[in-house]
Amino acid sequence: MRSFEYYKPNSIEEAIKIMSGLDNAKFIAGGTDVMVQLRQKKISPQHLISLRNISELRNIDTKDGLKIGSLVTHDDIDKNEYIKKYYSALTDATSRLGSKQIRNVATIGGNICNAAPSADTACPLLIFDAKAVIIGTKGEREVDLNEFFLGPGKTVLEKDEILKEFSMPRLKENTGSAYIKHTRREAMDLPILGVATRITISLDKDSQIRCRDLLCTIDSISNILMQLKDEGLKCEEARIAMGVVAPKPIRAKKAEEALAGKIISIELFEEVGEIAASEAQPRDSIRGEAWYRKEMIKVLVKRALMKSIDRIVRPDEEIYPERLW
Amino acid sequence: MRKEITFTLNNEEVTVEVEPKWTLLYLLREVLGLTGTKEGCGYGECGACTVIIEGKAVNSCIYPVLEAEGKNITTIEGLSKNGELHVLQKAFIEKGAVQCGFCTPGMIMSAKALLDEKPNPTEDDIKEAIEGNLCRCTGYVMIIDAIKSVAAGR
Repeated sequence: MRSFEYYKPNSIEEAIKIMSGLDNAKFIAGGTDVMVQLRQKKISPQHLISLRNISELRNIDTKDGLKIGSLVTHDDIDKNEYIKKYYSALTDATSRLGSKQIRNVATIGGNICNAAPSADTACPLLIFDAKAVIIGTKGEREVDLNEFFLGPGKTVLEKDEILKEFSMPRLKENTGSAYIKHTRREAMDLPILGVATRITISLDKDSQIRCRDLLCTIDSISNILMQLKDEGLKCEEARIAMGVVAPKPIRAKKAEEALAGKIISIELFEEVGEIAASEAQPRDSIRGEAWYRKEMIKVLVKRALMKSIDRIVRPDEEIYPERLW
Repeated sequence: MRKEITFTLNNEEVTVEVEPKWTLLYLLREVLGLTGTKEGCGYGECGACTVIIEGKAVNSCIYPVLEAEGKNITTIEGLSKNGELHVLQKAFIEKGAVQCGFCTPGMIMSAKALLDEKPNPTEDDIKEAIEGNLCRCTGYVMIIDAIKSVAAGR
């Protein structure tokens, strides 16, 4: 491994200043990607600028919506009860990324800036309409996360820009979310496919009780969905995001449109799954073939939507047995 | 260019000159001679290099050495007191949770980080804590038993 200089600035301004004065330099956060790339000789920077000492990048702010600093670790997110309760899809992603050792140091900003098509936190951030807050020599700018990725390993970040935080709007009432990571094994694996959904439904008290009883049965997902139709639950708003189906994590916008304003039924969810699959262009890879990924999108979109609804209807899952959506 | 760093290693303050390109693992094994911490994959996949930094289990093979500055770090060598093994080390021996022994230091450090944070973990907690530690001989059952026995014995 080639030698490099290592810098530990204490503020964003200092970090940007160091970066703008150097050539062949790279920012490093938790290092779980950068250090591996270094050791594999995929990159050979002469200067590494560590962001770990910048405390203002480590904040989680839940006052209005959700703001997560780029240096917040996956473990920090896992332990945050507010995020788990309201932005559940994010916890679904952070709790299954890598191993405990990785989650203890790997940061959410690093996961996004590495810009892998399989980045676990990307799909949840996309469904929460996250904006990336970026600071550079020219000042601050906000980029919709949808426009942040340019391709595998490529983002809109300029050389002397730092991703400061992700900013997500406050969620409406009766909103639930979920991320399903499809893998061959439980730990230390990258997804074959990742699907995140967020749904807001109209729900009155009586239908909430009936839905809860329905979800507590051991019926199959299609039976439950068939009975759900009679409840007349309307989808007010929905988001669907998919990972490992394109050069970057993407939203399934046509599928989202097909859901909005409709009464939830098995036919609707099947149609939405088909549309989402048609919006994906997966490749054959060592983890799975394209046709398989397309088929699984249909299954996982349905499951993720059911899990999202389940979280609205049964926010306190401990009272009832957790379903295996 | 070499830089001097100071940190707490197994309850003792250490000051040492390091190269920026070193990993914490390199410093521990090749410079300080603490070879209890192992290098398996070198890419943060196998957990043989696990040490505890500020109470958290971390892969030392991908930890930049300059980040150790000012930190409190514990390695497998720091567990025994006055020549007596730590309860976790004893439990691993008693339950037969060791075969070739290569993964054992990392396994024990992951288990210690868990028990320090959660003295009464569930079996799922234990499995989660060691999910980043690969063992190719024992099949994990005895390892989980060993950790459980310490948790129950507290």
